[in-house]
Amino acid sequence: MSDLTRLTAAELADKIHAGEVSAAETTQAHLDRIAAVDGDVHAFLHVDAEGALEAARAVDADIAAGTAPASPLAGVPLALKDVLTTRGVPTTCGSRTLEGWLPPYDATVTRRLREAGVPILGKTNMDEFAMGSSTENSAYGPTRNPWDLDRIPGGSGGGSSASLAAYEAPLAIGTDTGGSIRQPAAVTATVGVKPTYGGVSRYGLVAFSSSLDQAGPCGRTVLDAALLHEVIAGHDPMDATSIDAPVPAVVDAAREGARGDLSGVKIGVVRELSGEGYQGGVLRSFEAAVAQLKELGAEVVEVSCPNFTYALPAYYLIAPSECSSNLARFDAMRYGLRVADDGNHSAEEVMSLTREEGFGAEVKRRVMLGTYALSSGYYDAYYGSAQKVRTLITRDFAAAFEQVDVLVSPTTPVTPFKLGEKVDDPLAMYLNDICSIPANLAGNAAMSVPSGLSDEDGLPVGLQIMAPALADDRLYRVGAAYETARGPVLDKLGELEAAK
Amino acid sequence: MTTAELMDYAEVIERYDPVLGLEVHVELSTNTKMFCGCPNSFGGDPNTHVCPVCLGMPGALPVVNGTAVESAIRIGLALNCDIAEWCRFARKNYFYPDMPKNFQTSQYDEPIAFDGHLDVVLDDGEVVRVDIERAHMEEDTGKSLHVGGATGRIHGAEHSLLDYNRAGVPLIEIVTKPITGMGERAPEVARAYVTALRDLLRAMDVSDVRMDQGSLRCDANVSLMAKGAGEFGTRTETKNVNSLRSVERAVRYEMTRHAAILADGGSIKQETRHFQEADGTTAAGRTKETAEDYRYFPEPDLVPIAPTREWVEQLRATIPELPWQRRKRIQEDWNLTDEELRDLVNTGAIELVAATVDAGADQADARSWWVQYLNQQATSRETELADLVITPAQVARVIELVGSGELTNKLARQVVDGVLDGDGDPDQVIEKRGLKVVSDDSALLAAVDEALAAQPDVADKIRGGKVQAAGAIVGAVMKATKGQADAARVRELILERVGA
Repeated sequence: MSDLTRLTAAELADKIHAGEVSAAETTQAHLDRIAAVDGDVHAFLHVDAEGALEAARAVDADIAAGTAPASPLAGVPLALKDVLTTRGVPTTCGSRTLEGWLPPYDATVTRRLREAGVPILGKTNMDEFAMGSSTENSAYGPTRNPWDLDRIPGGSGGGSSASLAAYEAPLAIGTDTGGSIRQPAAVTATVGVKPTYGGVSRYGLVAFSSSLDQAGPCGRTVLDAALLHEVIAGHDPMDATSIDAPVPAVVDAAREGARGDLSGVKIGVVRELSGEGYQGGVLRSFEAAVAQLKELGAEVVEVSCPNFTYALPAYYLIAPSECSSNLARFDAMRYGLRVADDGNHSAEEVMSLTREEGFGAEVKRRVMLGTYALSSGYYDAYYGSAQKVRTLITRDFAAAFEQVDVLVSPTTPVTPFKLGEKVDDPLAMYLNDICSIPANLAGNAAMSVPSGLSDEDGLPVGLQIMAPALADDRLYRVGAAYETARGPVLDKLGELEAAK
Repeated sequence: MTTAELMDYAEVIERYDPVLGLEVHVELSTNTKMFCGCPNSFGGDPNTHVCPVCLGMPGALPVVNGTAVESAIRIGLALNCDIAEWCRFARKNYFYPDMPKNFQTSQYDEPIAFDGHLDVVLDDGEVVRVDIERAHMEEDTGKSLHVGGATGRIHGAEHSLLDYNRAGVPLIEIVTKPITGMGERAPEVARAYVTALRDLLRAMDVSDVRMDQGSLRCDANVSLMAKGAGEFGTRTETKNVNSLRSVERAVRYEMTRHAAILADGGSIKQETRHFQEADGTTAAGRTKETAEDYRYFPEPDLVPIAPTREWVEQLRATIPELPWQRRKRIQEDWNLTDEELRDLVNTGAIELVAATVDAGADQADARSWWVQYLNQQATSRETELADLVITPAQVARVIELVGSGELTNKLARQVVDGVLDGDGDPDQVIEKRGLKVVSDDSALLAAVDEALAAQPDVADKIRGGKVQAAGAIVGAVMKATKGQADAARVRELILERVGA
């Protein structure tokens, strides 16, 4: 293994910009690592060695010419979730229906990464159309958790989190509709941030649930996530829901937090996000994290968000409703899979047969749920009620943030489970997102940062930090302070691996 | 359906009250489409005015065209509507191959304009107020060309071709409240309403309003109530009504068809029908077993539109003088009788005459040209007055030349014919066809001498005091000069020559 893959993105950027290592050799080191371990991990659906090296060489040429790097992350390679479009590079969303599709355009996030000189190593595996918590819903087979290859890496962005934990990439992009960045981060002991809704452009993010989807940064450290956050965030006129406001100074906040002083910061523990259904080791890890936050000088109080109890059912009405409409475009007419186009089937039949074959079971389940929830006569009882719950949850957050600066909870109720363990029990699978969903419904910012290993199974646990909309910087300050005090968790995986 | 199954129109009116509802779709003439930057222009090679957004590519997002919103508000104001203080787009979900996303971004229960009216002038000058239910914004679909099969519709076609150039073109749908109490004039009211709407939108310069090109489309809902009944009957919706005349014919046809069925004890099936220009009948579309459920829900990719009252008032100030206001003012300015005004309106000449007057012509001369000679020419050339190639400025020039004696009325008509034939502007036609009045005395004198010499007996009579005999010589000179001479001057020269 090359040493370069063990460095943080911030360290790599320093070395590349100082001319100590080239961007090309950094990228090559990660491509080599992918070649060595991805057969086991299966974090990537597509590796674009050529494209990544070309981007890296362009950065090296800039540095050789004495030109200032395009961004603080220029030359540091990255793994991109396969739900963001990449011009001329396959984008499948983990679905059979988009197999072989070459998008004619780049997502705004992709474009910003290219403009920042970030080589894109490839596209990472995911639950089909980002629907799932284990990547087992990928049409191309699951990703495995580097901590235990028999366990899930989280989902839907399991490919991105696993690529970080397996040292295949120092940075990754995820998308988070109900926890698809944070839950994978928690179960792989990496850092994942769901920015404020509208903070990062959704243009080119293949929609699952438009009002909830949000792309965000993933890294092995809080600072790395912050550096990436600043590259991808900011107003985009191509996305009407993009916020036209300055990007919070998250890198400064991460550096400030790393000094380890949280005095003057008020932290709320959400009463409703603990108790029954939570694994003992997860709760004990969380309590230790809260104690550590107090030691850092933060004032910790308990707050109640009573409507969080209804978050999960509301989510499973809103997200499927929007998905039933968003996924209607996959009809074989313009792109992607087309079956039964033999001259004997009508257009309507081709559409129907293609959707039958192109979508997996979970996608079909949600399309059907959403179609039903939006149907005439059911709309008010289902979609309408869910929207009201959403408003109540937003009010719960607002009331809580009157009292405290950030809220904390476990990121997930359990540590990573075994592949296949919950595939036949959708409700058990859905419960993985019980802590993360409220932030999506309200549109505010949230982070998962490693809080150690569960004492009963030695598997990773995540601490969730939640901040008000547009106050993403608070996540980074608190997250970095906690990370510094807690010490690295992922290193233990390196030790485990070295001991083998 | 044969004509034997239609009821005589007089009997229809005797037994039933017709109820109309008119839905007019207007394509706005904005530079770009409703939700993307593609050109909004009619025609073009198939699939050349398209991009990821209007093709509904995965990940692409809409952004509202501000000019289209302005046009929508202005149209609402011109129709005396209330303008919503806050409204949203909604998704109308249904599958059809020419609809890229398989949902249409439209407005549902929150239209931008509502509760208005339009005063409509019938042929005999009677004014009818048509109440407007709503005007809302939406996007157009692409176009399907169904190849093979008897009907030209998707059912039974061998294959279909799709052109998405029109997909995403901004539309305003204007819906009337039920129009009742019109009796036998219902078909005429329908035509007059669409005509008034067309004139209004043309005056506002917001649409091409070409029914033949589909930039103004009318769906006519028709039902009958038995005389004295309190409830509306079942309606049919007739589409494919592509001219003003067809609006009237379609309504009238449906009234006679409904009446025949009702009188026979039958019931009307609520369905969509297609008007058939060739024989003036309507035919049933493909019947659906189940009612369409569009599963409307608020479009999560777009933010609500909240026009400030200041903005609305600014837009109100940009609305030009509307056709009926203008008519009233013109009648007063030109001191026209009601009949004269009606001639102007019914021939569609009012704006042309006004423009001709603006170009310097006298209103009586301008009216005479447009209402009489040019109107005849339009009829014989089977076109609309406004579509004749002659411009008001050119008509004004012809009038000027007649006034100055350079053209006789007869010559002037030849000049106009030349312009209509495409030989250029009036001066070019005069040049090319040598149509100028012969005012050169020496040329005329030669012709006079020749005529006098040819008819010495007549010359003697004039010389003998029978001045009226000069008419024969004048006629001969006019014939010799092919009518290009000024007859009065010829007469003077003859008298001079014979010394009478």
